[in-house]
Amino acid sequence: MTDQASSVLDIRADYMAQMRRKRMMDGIILVVFIALMVTGFMIADDRNAGGFWDGLHRFFDFPKEVLSEAVEKIAELPGNLWTYFPSLIETINIAAASTLLGAMLGMLLSLLSTRGMAKWPRLVPLFRRVMDIMRAMPEIVIALVLIFVMGGGPVPAMIAIAFHTAGALGKLFSEVNENASLKPIEGLQSVGASWSQRMWLGVIPQVAPNYFSYALLRFEINIRASAILGFVGAGGIGYELRNAMSWGKGQYDDAMAIFLLLFLTIVAVDQLSSVVRERLTHGKTQKVAS
Amino acid sequence: MTITANETDLLKVEADRLFNRKKLMSFGLPAMVLAYLTYIFFAFDIPGLAQRFEVDNARALVADSYSYKTHVTRDNRTGEISAAIEGERKGTYPDGTSPEWVTRGETETVIDLGDGHVVTFGADNFVSYAIPEYGIVTAQPSRAKGVQAVLPTDETPEWINASKNRMTITTEAGRLTITRNRTEVFRYFNGWELFFFTLDSPYSGLSVGEVMSRALGGEHAQIWQDFWTNKMWRHQDVAWAIFETILMAFLGTMGAAMVALPLAFMAAKNFSPFMVVRQVTRRFFDFFRGVDALIWTIVLSRAFGPGPLTGALAILITDTGSFGKMFSEALENVDKKQIEGIQSTGAKPIQRYRFGVIPQITPILLSQILYYLESNTRSATIIGAITGGGIGLMLTQAMITQKDWEEVTYYIVLIILMVMVMDWFSGWLRRKLIAADDSGH
Repeated sequence: MTDQASSVLDIRADYMAQMRRKRMMDGIILVVFIALMVTGFMIADDRNAGGFWDGLHRFFDFPKEVLSEAVEKIAELPGNLWTYFPSLIETINIAAASTLLGAMLGMLLSLLSTRGMAKWPRLVPLFRRVMDIMRAMPEIVIALVLIFVMGGGPVPAMIAIAFHTAGALGKLFSEVNENASLKPIEGLQSVGASWSQRMWLGVIPQVAPNYFSYALLRFEINIRASAILGFVGAGGIGYELRNAMSWGKGQYDDAMAIFLLLFLTIVAVDQLSSVVRERLTHGKTQKVAS
Repeated sequence: MTITANETDLLKVEADRLFNRKKLMSFGLPAMVLAYLTYIFFAFDIPGLAQRFEVDNARALVADSYSYKTHVTRDNRTGEISAAIEGERKGTYPDGTSPEWVTRGETETVIDLGDGHVVTFGADNFVSYAIPEYGIVTAQPSRAKGVQAVLPTDETPEWINASKNRMTITTEAGRLTITRNRTEVFRYFNGWELFFFTLDSPYSGLSVGEVMSRALGGEHAQIWQDFWTNKMWRHQDVAWAIFETILMAFLGTMGAAMVALPLAFMAAKNFSPFMVVRQVTRRFFDFFRGVDALIWTIVLSRAFGPGPLTGALAILITDTGSFGKMFSEALENVDKKQIEGIQSTGAKPIQRYRFGVIPQITPILLSQILYYLESNTRSATIIGAITGGGIGLMLTQAMITQKDWEEVTYYIVLIILMVMVMDWFSGWLRRKLIAADDSGH
């Protein structure tokens, strides 16, 4: 009996010691994290042109200025919205075209870099690295280089976003591919189908809903990206926004109209894509259940 | 097993309809994509792209990214000869020195461009260029009479561009430009010039072994100083810029997570009993996300000025919206049983959250946060280019000069490496933390 009691005590002491160690580790991690945040904030504050505490009370000055001017000229708002509508369409077109091109390229890359599906199994690591590099490339880098070479306009933005999208979607797609059944491919192979036929008829039907869901999510991200790229000279609503901002005071009603268009578009696409994606995943679970 | 004829007919009709729909999908969808791309082709004026495409810019960009040129210039008014890498003041050879392929004599300066191409600066502004398999081109530029070029052949080849006031000879070895006031020779080399040390440093032009032996001889501090403060490549500034970019991503992501977590409790159905609070919080999230990072950056830079703090705050605000939405969805999916179990031991609400809820959602939160950390490194580069901070700013600055393409290449390589390292790091941390988390609490 005493043996048992002492062993229970031992276990308990062990457990408590382990807990203490764990708590201590958690505490150390927390302290390091807080220290990193605080010093990071101080460095960032130090290297910023204006300080955080000085700027804080000025935070609402600019929105207030813009809003008050927009309210003053509220009658011009519908006209302004109409003026900037074509550039909004251009921004959306850039996002849509680049998502489409990026998804197609990403699909190809993902099929080439999934084991069991790759056309050249030895080159799988190569295609994976290619996707990593494409994914790591911020859109702005390619866009700025292309703007220098082919002048401003929507095409540099489209290529830049499509390039990054291909890498990002390629990775997600290849994760989807890994869960796809290989049996249809084997079946198609046994009747002599070529690689492209095996992929198009054996893999794509299995993964299409997931692909579509990811591509939709990407479209949402790409609208934001294409607005930002416009700001550095690649056309669309971002470009108009920069112009409106550079006119400064007195023209803020234009800026307000652009803000509004961009905001409404992003919210609309966001809601729409979440509804569609919900239905896609929902539809699938129903099919599984039935 | 008693399927009547009627039923088979019905099944057949249904199957036919299904097939028709599939057919329509498999032909209709590609057709739609094609139609849209055709529309884009014309809407974006891709046929007109050929005219806008500036081949010279592209060529300069590509050539500059892996090679550099050294200028040897004679001022025809004073007769002074100077040599400078990329023609920049930072790369000028100190007085009295010149590259080893330039031989300075009393009256003559011989510039050897390699492969038998030799340019000679003679007395009284006289210039001659010996081109193999062509002959010797001479010129006697003067302020009154122009360039006065003499070619060995009657016909002017297309790589020589000669007029009264200006002559340019472009060969594969280099380029000679003569005007009334200036004679300039370019020689091209592969590589990035003066990457380690500028010409004013005593270590410039030494081999790796020599620098190493000097470093071991006690000069390492001086060597590091010369490298670190290299005026052409600005290693110190680049390192700071990368640090700033990562700092923006870190502060923004972590700050957003800390702000979003308590708000997410207010937006989750099973933790927030009041519909109004829930709806208001959710609309706030939508608003933060919907006003894009671009607009937040503009608004914030008005208040705080350009710099890394503005970028960090822009990321923080946008991601508070994204995190809030994701966290509240994660909270709505927690298992009630664990909370009840904790409650049955007499735990207070705070303890119930700490031990019943947080352990359930940490893996999800951590993986989302770390995923965003990587993605925000890219965003921070882009925001930096707009708001003026970090490596994004250096990139745009180097691009605006339109000649330092080797620096642009360098920054692009660094950005890609930075993002890939962050990607790897966040993946590593995620595996580490979540694996450790599974082992128990």
